[in-house]
Amino acid sequence: MAEGPATDIVLRVTGLKRYFDVSAPFLNRLLSGSGRQILKAVDGVDFEIARGQTFSIVGESGCGKSTIARLIVGLHQPSGGEIEFEGNAISAESSRKAMAPFRKKLQMIFQDPYASLNPRWRVFDIIAEPIRAYDLIDNNADIAERVGELLSHVGLNPKDGVKYPHEFSGGQRQRISIARALASEPEFLVCDEPTSALDVSVQAQILNLMKQLQRDFRLTYLFISHNLAVVYHISDHVAVMYLGRICEVADKKTLFRRPLHPYTRLLLDTIPDLGMTGRERSPVAGEVPNPINPPGGCAFHPRCPHANDRCRTERPEPIKVPGGRVACHAVEENRIPQETERPLPDEET
Amino acid sequence: MTSIPPLLEVRNLRIEFPTRHGTLVAVDDISLQINPGEVLGVVGESGAGKSLTGAAIIGLLEPPGRIAAGEIRLEGNRIDNLPYEKMRRIRGRSIGAIFQDPLTSLNPLYTVREQLTETILTHEDINKAKADARALELLVEVGIPAAAERIDSYPHQFSGGMRQRVVIALALCARPKLIIADEPTTALDVSIQAQIISLLKRLCRENGTAVMLVTHDMGVIAETADRVAVMYAGRIAEIGPVRDVVKNPKHPYTKGLMGSIPMIGEDVENLTQIDGTMPRLTEIPPGCAFNPRCTERFGRCERDRPDLMDAGSTRAACWLYDREGDHG
Repeated sequence: MAEGPATDIVLRVTGLKRYFDVSAPFLNRLLSGSGRQILKAVDGVDFEIARGQTFSIVGESGCGKSTIARLIVGLHQPSGGEIEFEGNAISAESSRKAMAPFRKKLQMIFQDPYASLNPRWRVFDIIAEPIRAYDLIDNNADIAERVGELLSHVGLNPKDGVKYPHEFSGGQRQRISIARALASEPEFLVCDEPTSALDVSVQAQILNLMKQLQRDFRLTYLFISHNLAVVYHISDHVAVMYLGRICEVADKKTLFRRPLHPYTRLLLDTIPDLGMTGRERSPVAGEVPNPINPPGGCAFHPRCPHANDRCRTERPEPIKVPGGRVACHAVEENRIPQETERPLPDEET
Repeated sequence: MTSIPPLLEVRNLRIEFPTRHGTLVAVDDISLQINPGEVLGVVGESGAGKSLTGAAIIGLLEPPGRIAAGEIRLEGNRIDNLPYEKMRRIRGRSIGAIFQDPLTSLNPLYTVREQLTETILTHEDINKAKADARALELLVEVGIPAAAERIDSYPHQFSGGMRQRVVIALALCARPKLIIADEPTTALDVSIQAQIISLLKRLCRENGTAVMLVTHDMGVIAETADRVAVMYAGRIAEIGPVRDVVKNPKHPYTKGLMGSIPMIGEDVENLTQIDGTMPRLTEIPPGCAFNPRCTERFGRCERDRPDLMDAGSTRAACWLYDREGDHG
C-alpha cells in the first residue's frame, strides 16, 4: 500500500450526484394529483484514487455503486459534481471531441460476460473494435498481431480470435471482455462486479489475472462489488455505500479491522464466511428502505442501534478519522462503544 | 454409529438426458443420506448436477431428463417411481421446496393469505377458519412484521427478503419432514441473506425439519450445514462433516475450491487457482473426471473411476485414499 503524500491522483470525484426522474407519466400524475418523483441514485459522493491502486465500492443492491461506475466512464451524465481524470474535468460540459483522448484511457468491464459481448461478432473483431475506433493502429496485419498479443495477455490462445463468444465458457468470456478493455491501452479500468456471475474457482482465475495485469501495466482499478471477501482480496482502499452516499471510506486493513460506521459493522457481521462453521450469529433486522423515499437525516437510522434524535433529522457529513472518513453522528459524538479490534482469521490462532 | 434410519436415502442415482447426439449423463451414481433434523449442504459449480439431484428428489425433473438408475427412499419407501398423483401428495406434504427466485414461486394474482390457506387445505383435513389461523401463525413464525396486516397483500407488495420468507412459510404449510432449498439466498442481498439463513436454521432446530441446501456459496454452507457434499461433473467428490470439509479437505478438487475462495483477513497475492474449467457433460474424461485438472494425478486416475472411500473424517472419491493402494 502506498503511504505518504498521495502524489499521483488518477481520478478525483467531488460532490458527484446523479438523480433519475422516476415519475409516473404526466397524465397519470395529473389525474392522481401526485408530484414528480426523483430517485437520488448517487447523492454527493467524494473520493480519489491514486495510480496503481485498487479502490473498491461495496454496498447492497440499489445503493448506487453501479451508477457511479457508469458516471465515470460517461454512460450517464452527472446531475451535479465533478469528475476529474488526471487533472482534467470530464463532466457534462465537455464535448464528445474534447473527451475522446480521455475515453480510451478509461475502460470498463461489465458483470455479465454473456451480455457484454456481441454474439454475432468474432472475438477478433470484438477486441479489434476499440483499436479501430480510436485509430490506434492503421494496418490490418498489425491489428491482427496486437489482438493476438492481447489474447495471450489474458490467458487465451491467439488462435481463439476466429471463434464466436458462445464457444467460450463464462470465465473465458470475461477474459475476452478484459482483452477488449485493454485494447485501447487504458490506464484506468472500471470493473462492475466482474466476477459475480462466475463460479468460485473461475472467480479465482479472473482475480489472479486482474492482479497480474495491474502489476504488468500499472493499471488503476475502480472495483464495484457486493462481495466483501473479494473486495478484501483485491483492494487497497474501500468505500462502503448506503442509499447513494458513502458512509465510510478507509484503507482496507483499517476498514476491516476497525470498522466505525454501524452499517459497515452490520455488513461485516452478516457475511456468511467460511470461518463461521457452527457459530451462531445475531442477524440484523430490517432491510434497505425504498431509495425513492429514503428516511430523513441519516438514511441508515431506522436500522441503526445507535440512532438518536440528531440522526433522525440531520444528515451526517463525512468527518476525518485515522485511516479514512466516516459519516456518522454517533461516531463523531463518541456514542458507540469501542469495539475490540476484530481478529482477522489469520490472527486467531 | 446411531441406529436411526435415515429420513432420505438416495442410492446410486443416475440422471440422463437423451439427445440427438447420444445420452448425456448429468448425475452419475450419487448416493447420499439425510437424517431427521439434519442440514445437508450440496455445493458445486454450475453444471455439477446439484440442482438436478434436488429436482429428482422432489420429482420435478424436467423432461427429457429422467432417472435412469438408482432409487430414492423417503423413510424407507421408494418415491422415485410413484405415479404423478401420489408424488404430488408427497411433494408439499412430506417434502417442501424453496427455490432461488421468490417471485417466480409465488402466484402474482393471489394474496399471500389465499396462497397459504389453499396449500394448507390441500394437505390437511381442517376447516377454512383453522387454515386461516394457521396461515397467520406461519407468517409470524417466519418473521414477517405486522403479519396480520400484510397477509392480504400480493407478492409484489413485499420486498425480496420478505417474499422469500413467504416462500418458506408456503414450504412449511404441511409441516414437511424435509425441505429441498435450491439456492434460497442467492437472489438476496447479504444482510438479508443472513436473516434467511438464521431463519432456516431456527426452523430446523424447532421443528426437527431436515434440509437439503443446494448452493454454490461455500460461506452459506459453512454456516448452515451439518454435513456437506461437494459435487463435480455429476458425481460426489467429497462428503463429510462441514467443519472437516471446509478446514481440512481431502479431495484435490475440494482443496482447490477452498483455496480459491477469497477470505477476509487472508493476505495472499494470488488465490489458489484450479486451472481449466469443469468439463462439459459431453466431454467427461475417462477415469476420475477431475484428473486433467488435478495436481496430484497418477496413472490410475486416468483409467479407473474412483468411488467414495474413507479419507479420515470425510469420504472422498479419490485414489489417493485407496487403502489397497497401487499408487503407480
